[in-house]
Amino acid sequence: MSLLWLRFALGCYFIGLVYAFVALSRTSDLFARIALHAASLGMVFHFVSLVEVFLSGQFVWASVHNGESLLAFISMTFFMVIYAIYKTTSPGVVVFPVVFFLTFVAAIDQQPVLLTVLVQRRGWLIAHIILIFTGYAALVLSFGASLLYLLQERRLKSKKPTSLISFLPALEVIDQIGYRSLLLGFPFMTLGLLTGSVVALTTYGRVNFLDPKILLSVLMWAVYMIMVFTRWNSGWRGRRAAILASFAFVAALAAWAANYFSTMHRFAS
Amino acid sequence: MRFQLIGVNHKSAPLEVRERLAISESRLPDTCRDLTAYPGIEEAMVISTCNRVEVIAHTVNGHADLRGFLHEHFHLKPEELDPHLYEFREKDAVRHVFRVASSLDSMVVGEAQILGQVKEAYATARAVGAVRGQLDQLFSRAFAVAKRVRTETAVGSSSVSIASVAVELAKKIFGSLHGKNVFIVGAGKMSELAARHLMAHGCASIFVANRTYERAIGLAQKFDGQAIKFEDLYATCDRADIVITSTGAPHAIFRREHGEQFLARRKNRPMFFIDIAVPRDVSPEMAKLDGIFTYDIDDLQQAVSSHVADRRKEAELAEAIIASEVERFEARLSTLDVVPTIVSLQDHLETIRQAEIDRVRGRLGQMTPEQEIAVEALTRGIINKVMHTPITTLKSAARESEATTVVDVVRRLFNLQVKGKDGAAQPAAKKDEVGTRS
Repeated sequence: MSLLWLRFALGCYFIGLVYAFVALSRTSDLFARIALHAASLGMVFHFVSLVEVFLSGQFVWASVHNGESLLAFISMTFFMVIYAIYKTTSPGVVVFPVVFFLTFVAAIDQQPVLLTVLVQRRGWLIAHIILIFTGYAALVLSFGASLLYLLQERRLKSKKPTSLISFLPALEVIDQIGYRSLLLGFPFMTLGLLTGSVVALTTYGRVNFLDPKILLSVLMWAVYMIMVFTRWNSGWRGRRAAILASFAFVAALAAWAANYFSTMHRFAS
Repeated sequence: MRFQLIGVNHKSAPLEVRERLAISESRLPDTCRDLTAYPGIEEAMVISTCNRVEVIAHTVNGHADLRGFLHEHFHLKPEELDPHLYEFREKDAVRHVFRVASSLDSMVVGEAQILGQVKEAYATARAVGAVRGQLDQLFSRAFAVAKRVRTETAVGSSSVSIASVAVELAKKIFGSLHGKNVFIVGAGKMSELAARHLMAHGCASIFVANRTYERAIGLAQKFDGQAIKFEDLYATCDRADIVITSTGAPHAIFRREHGEQFLARRKNRPMFFIDIAVPRDVSPEMAKLDGIFTYDIDDLQQAVSSHVADRRKEAELAEAIIASEVERFEARLSTLDVVPTIVSLQDHLETIRQAEIDRVRGRLGQMTPEQEIAVEALTRGIINKVMHTPITTLKSAARESEATTVVDVVRRLFNLQVKGKDGAAQPAAKKDEVGTRS
């Protein structure tokens, strides 16, 4: 059943995806509103799907697909919070495709990979998943914001006020969205990694830093930290910030992909 | 509909010609009086602004010599004036008035000032009695059309002046301008205007630097700002988010190295330079820095003209509104043209009916109230049936070109006396009644 709800959600997010592509070439308030409503409806379906997963008795969030679904949901929540504060749907240009992709992968089929090893500290594991996903979602958003910042900066520098991308909010607003996401995401990511380590330690008695998943996660965290530091210390914005954010994003993607070949993180050994 | 319009505007005549035709506010009432006293003119008014001088008249037979009036009034020879004149009649005159009031004929399409100017001209002419029935209707409608155009299209929405374009750009960079600081370098009129706009949009404080320190103090006082000595410019400039610069310096005063210093001190928070100096105060090299945004006078002007291009698109929408409004106005006005005839036809037949009832009343003897009502209903019914076709024909003819002929025929057939405008207190009141009934 949860998969069915998720597919409904996917349908709604598809409208968001189309909006994301259209918004790059022209501005339409009507379409932005439609996409927003579709995304809200999608979130309702999505929420129902997640609740069903949770209530299904087994603790199956640790499956990669359910994880992707949860991450997509948290990203959408971030998007909605930003919309509530800044009244702009423009982060959707980045968030919608990412969310669609995650939901799409999650909605393909029920994943067989389940907990195969008894995890000692279940509460820690739940905390780990939620914390790290919030961190991921914040990272996605700040990456999106840094791309939009670049676009807007280009646009203002090109001095063509009627150029295509006129839907973007003011440069400082984009900057604030990015910076706030970054600041919010960092503690979540840090705590997420710490709780993850606790789970690994209690389950295996050690943390294998050479495991690709863990190595890439630590790398991502390091880039994240550099981003926060350079921003806080010397106000890095624009191109330099976007390069760092892209790097962190690629590291995050790699860390995510590592789920498929990490021995430790799959808890399947 | 016997409207006639003649005039010159920024497109048809150079400034030298428009200057010679311009009528000052104080002379406007007299000009309106002169116009109404001119042969063939019933009502008239004059719109005189820096971009146009136009005479709009409602004439006796549709062929008043407005050119002659202009030649006499301004003591201009025909060869001096005529090549620049445009003239519109009837429907075209109505359309032109609607377009002018809606700011579609303006130099900057969509600017709001023209409507106010037309309203003033109308009020002046009305005050001296030069505008009464027809022109009154025309302009009341023109104001309504202008409002419709403004609300239904975005023709007046984007700002156009350089100062407001600067504000708009600043908003694209900073979002809200609340709490932002402005630095004026070189105290000139234009930078003062831009600063005023920025302050009106919420900027927090102003610094002013000028080669002559006293002028800086003077300008700073106007805005409750702070005067800065010119030699302290580079040390303090990073405190400003928006810099408006307009010095007469022969070389750029802000160069790349300054920009780098500012950004380092501001922790890379963006800065917006509005450079309205010619030659430029900000070197193009500086604009290449991330976080520094520079708009020089040409960029600003380009932004202004791209707004104008946007307005042109909206103007097309507005033209469609105007076309339909012209049709509506024409239909309404021509219906009004036949109304006096309909009223006198009704009056005429009613008099006959009453006279006939009175005549036969003696022969019928005493009637019961029911009989009275029956006779009333019978006679009224006959009259209404007889009148139905002529009235419908008149009303539909009103929308065609044959209106005058049909009205003439009906008047002759029934020997109707339609009262002229001056003695028209009675028919005018009835005219409205009929207007609301139909």
